[in-house]
Parts: sequence; structure tokens; C-alpha cells
Amino acid sequence: MRERQTGLEKPALQVGVDHDLCPGCGEPLALRMLLEAIEDVGCAQRAIGVVGIGCYTALAPLMDVDRIQALHGRAPSVATGAKRMRPDALLFTLQGDGDMVSEGLQEVIHTAARGEAITCVLLNNGVFGETGGHMTATTVLGQRTKNSLDGRDAAYHGHPILIGDLLAQLDGTAYAARASVHDAAGVAGAKRMLKRAFETQLRREGFSFVEILTMCPTGWFVGTAEGPGYLDRVLGSVHVTGELKREGRFVPTASLRARAAQPGGD
Amino acid sequence: MTRRLMEGSEAIAEAALAAGCRFFAGYPMTPFTELLEHFAKRLPETGGVCVNAESELEAIGMAWGALATGARAATGSTGQGLALMQESLSEITRAELPLVVFHMARGQGDYYQATRGGGHGDYRHLVYAPIDVAEAVALTQLAFDRADRWRNPVSIYGDYLLAHVAESVSIERLDFGPLPAKDWAVDGSLGGSGRARIVNPLGMETGVKGIDPDAFWKRLQAKHDEMARREARFDAEATDGAELLVVAFGTLARFARYAVRELRREGARVGLFRPITLWPFPVEALRRAAAGARRVAVLEMNAGQMIDDVRLAVLGDAPVVPIGGISSDPAGFGIGPLLDAERVRERIEGALAVEAA
Amino acid sequence: MSGALRESRGTVRIAIERCKGCELCIPACPPRVLHMSEAHNARGVLYPELVPGCTGCGACLLVCPDFCFEVYRYENGMGAEAAP
Repeated sequence: MRERQTGLEKPALQVGVDHDLCPGCGEPLALRMLLEAIEDVGCAQRAIGVVGIGCYTALAPLMDVDRIQALHGRAPSVATGAKRMRPDALLFTLQGDGDMVSEGLQEVIHTAARGEAITCVLLNNGVFGETGGHMTATTVLGQRTKNSLDGRDAAYHGHPILIGDLLAQLDGTAYAARASVHDAAGVAGAKRMLKRAFETQLRREGFSFVEILTMCPTGWFVGTAEGPGYLDRVLGSVHVTGELKREGRFVPTASLRARAAQPGGD
Repeated sequence: MTRRLMEGSEAIAEAALAAGCRFFAGYPMTPFTELLEHFAKRLPETGGVCVNAESELEAIGMAWGALATGARAATGSTGQGLALMQESLSEITRAELPLVVFHMARGQGDYYQATRGGGHGDYRHLVYAPIDVAEAVALTQLAFDRADRWRNPVSIYGDYLLAHVAESVSIERLDFGPLPAKDWAVDGSLGGSGRARIVNPLGMETGVKGIDPDAFWKRLQAKHDEMARREARFDAEATDGAELLVVAFGTLARFARYAVRELRREGARVGLFRPITLWPFPVEALRRAAAGARRVAVLEMNAGQMIDDVRLAVLGDAPVVPIGGISSDPAGFGIGPLLDAERVRERIEGALAVEAA
Repeated sequence: MSGALRESRGTVRIAIERCKGCELCIPACPPRVLHMSEAHNARGVLYPELVPGCTGCGACLLVCPDFCFEVYRYENGMGAEAAP
């Protein structure tokens, strides 16, 4: 029987497959989609990535794309400077939720408000993974972390920030969307959103944002096999997937949640 | 460009443009604000970009990104704003990016900040302290060259007086010789080659798992040691046979120079040593200048910062005494009463009198 | 595993030595033709093994964090394999 390879071990823009991220980590799934999306939009030789600080930083050496390593929370400003000097490059950031929404909240909001033609990519697992599983600005109520052992409590810890909604409301934001890699369909959906975001940038329409929910079984105190279910149920019920802004129209997460709750809803 | 009257902020901005600076980002803060104003006006006229950053942290971040693409870029602030930038100032050094920093201080109290740095880890910046606007114009251009040559940040230590005094200057483009190509800079073009570039402060390389901070930091240390050996600059006058050696930097040194020359005309055996690089501090030159002096008097407008470096250079060969001190205006911008030729002369005379006694 | 024939429209190659045993591929596979092994790999974990019935859809490849899968489709459409 002759075989035709339909699935490559790794994307063309990836150098090597060996990494030490945890079993069951969702971040490498997002990495694959990101690198394929860059190639699919024809930007392999004109992409510059700005990488934040988190577990995913260890994936940076695997990316065969020109990159700049930034500090925790500070990728959007670095990407701004790079894009202003190289306006024809495809500029993206790769940041975790601790990086972008805790430490770097100001940076991403200002960058979006300015309408910088860059794409900020958020890997959201609701924890600071690299330090061992601590609460971030996106941790959901009730979620147990090492510094919210009884679960995030609104009265003591406050509420999570849905950064996509904040960014989508800014006039400088042309595209904002949220995906989740808890299953194969979700992984494929992430790539569609990344491509739309990149196309928005290439058409110089403004700032674009793609949030990708990923599994962190280590940070969540669950077994690896329970990761996808936890992601969909615990994070996905708050950070609901869908497109938040497209062609000038803002669809808040609350609407996506209501839509999902309807019978026959996605 | 013809000679014309320009305040320091404008002259420094023009010098940066003459050096090919294409990117600037900053946040308004006295006495740095006018520098930002000039860049905001002039950079777009020369094909560059000036971004009004929403915080000092974002300003240095933007400069970081611009530098990483190979452009000449700068940022700046006053001491308080630079305090916010310390993590980035430290890490940009490790990323070996040629940042030029305009440190427009509120007086001389930021000497420690400029030379020791408030960031983490081992790192060094070249720091130039101009005495006047003309020297600031030359040192600004030198800063961009040395930043590229060493792949290291370089600071210009200015102050309110330098920013706002208008002097007659002509901005001529200076040529310091050829520089290596910036093949480390990212433009996207090596994507998919297996050798894509990664500008980073950790020593990461494409396709290599893990980093080696020990080797990386030692290499940086060796570079900084080499910079220390080769980049010290100073100005000295009448140090041979001087009984009293006055040491001063920056705009205050201009008053010291005036007073020293006046006292010399009256027969006093007093000399002046002026470090032009605050880092590397010109240790050997100061030691030579102080040889034979009976006393070394350090004139600085702060609680005593440069005096540490003077003591380390003199190493007990002569007593080192402070004759400056804190001196501020009601707004705290560093235009203190001591910025006055008469008062400076009195302080030096005081040190001479002790000498004679 | 009953000896019945199942058609495979595709197949996968699995880098079993790189597998970290996370088991994400097992429920991701629509025809459920991946099952964890009984033997351990050199890392000391169980790894997925393929039984007949693969459609070559590539879902396993998409959900594997360690890039362990290569996916193939059979050119002539289908192939029948005897189950062990």
C-alpha cells in the first residue's frame, strides 16, 4: 500500500522537537499552529517574533523565525519599536497570561490603543506555570493555585480580567479572538484565528490579538489526561472561545457565553 | 550646518540625528522633556520615528525593539524615570544592544545610579558627562559610535543646566571610522534557514536547548574589562605641581574651571581634574594627576558619590575631602546655589586655606 | 481485538521514545484506534499504540505536545488489516 504523508512531525519553521515542557502541556500545540500560520500567510522570511518570559520561553530556540527575547510583560513595547523600524515585517508577540495580563497589562492595552499593526498572541493557562502554578490576572474564581489554595475568592483576590474584551473595545484593535487547544478541533481553530489576525496585520488595519487557552496540568494539580477537560470546563466556561472583534464589531465574551449556553449552541 | 544659538536639549537632539539616530521613545519629565519635544518634531522630518511612550518602561522597551532591528535608537529620562527602567537597562546590556541613554539628571545626585546602575547583575554602561553644550554635541555622536562598536549601552549624563543653557554651536557630523555590519540584527530574513536570529540576554541560540549563563556572563565581563581599559576620558589642567587638586564633573566643573583659573592667576597652586567618562572612571589618569598634591578636593552637588571613585584612585596618596554637598533649588531640579562661580571659588579657597595652615 | 477485520484509510508513525505518556492522543482519536501500551519506553512511561481503523485524520498529531506523530493516508483509498 502506498502512503502519502498528510501530517508532518513538525512545522517547516520549527528546528527540532526536543523540549522539556511538562507532559500534557498545551503550549507546544499553540506553537505548531503559530509556525504553520506564519508560513501559510507567506511570511516565513519576514516574520519577527517577540517572546515573553514563561514556560514557553524555552520553546523560543525551536522557532526558526527571527526573534527578540523581551522581559516579562514587556513584549508589546519591544514589538512596537521593531515594527516602527520594519513596517513590512510580520510582527507578533508570544506571551503567557502572567506575562501579558498581570505584569504587562499596561503594555498590551497601550499598544492596542495606538493601533500598532502587530499581533499579540496570548497563551492563557490561568496560572504562572514557570514558577510552579500561581494565580494570575486570568485565574478564574474557584481555581486552586499555590497562592490561592482554597480557590480564587472574589472578596480576597478579586476577579479575573478578560483581556480580550478590554482590547476589543479599543478603536485601535482590528481583530481579537479566543481559541482553546483542549481538542483537535480547537487546535485547528486556533490556527484559523492566527491566520485571520496575521492577515489583518498585513492589510495594515491595526492591532490584532489571539488568545489561546492551553492546558497546564502541573499548575492545576490535575493528571495530564484530565487537562483538556479541566481547560474546557474550568477556564473555557469563563474565557469562552470565539471571535471578539472583527470588521469593527465587538462581541463581548458574555455574549459568546450566552450563545454557547443555548440549546444547539456551540 | 551653520553655527547658531541652541539650547542644550535641541543641540543634543540634533547631534543624535547627525549620528543617524532613527528612533526615539520617551516620557515627559523635567529636565528631559524638551529633548523628547525636539525628537518628536525632528525625527519624522528625517525619516525616523519618535513615539510618545505611555511610561518610561515602555519607552525603553520600544527602543529595545528598534535596536534589535539594527536601527540607531535612544531613550532617556531624568533619574526618577531611569529608576523605572533599571531592569531593562541591565538586560539590554546582556542582549548586547547599542542603546544610547540621555540621562538628564536633576543635578549631580544620580552619579551612583549612572555608574553603578540600579539594575540587577553585573553590567556596565559607558557614561559621558559633558561640561557644556558643545561637548555634549561631540559626546552624543561619540556615544552612538561607541554603543555600536562595543554593542553596549552608552549614557550621556546631562542635567537641567545643560538642557536649558543656550550656546552657539554647529552640529558637524563626526566620522569615527568603519563599524562591523549588524548581522545579528533581526529583519525576518533568516526565517526558515535553520539559523534564524534571536536577540536575547540569555545566550539562547536557535536549535540549542538550554543556556550557559556562566560562560555568557564571563564573556560580557571580559568585554566590560576591555572597555574599561580603552574608553576612559578626562580633562586635566595645571595638575603638575599643584598642591590642591580639585575634582569635578559635568556642568559644575565649568564653574570649578573658572574658579581654578582665577585662583591660579592670583598665584594659587591649584589644578583641576575632570572625568569625562564617569564610567570607566579615569583611575590611572587621576592617580598621576594627584601625585604630588597635598590634598584632593572633590566638588560635587550631592551627598558624596563620585568621591568614592576619587578615593579608590588616589588610594591614600593624599587626603581626599568633599567640598561640594547637596545644593538644590525649591523645585528640586538641581539648580542649586552652589552653581555659582563665587560660591565655588569660596569652597576651593576653603580647601586651600586648610592647605596653608 | 476480537479478530474482526477493520479498514484502515491511514496510519501513523509514533516516536515512542519521545513520548511523555500524557495520553492526550487517546481520547482525541475519533475512531479510538490509539491505546496505551503495556510496555514502558526508556523514559519509563507508557506510550500509544495503533490498532486497525486509522482514518489518517491527524487529530493525534494536533494534540500531541511532543511532536511524536507523523500521519499518512493510503493512496488507494483503503486497506483492510486483520486485527491482532
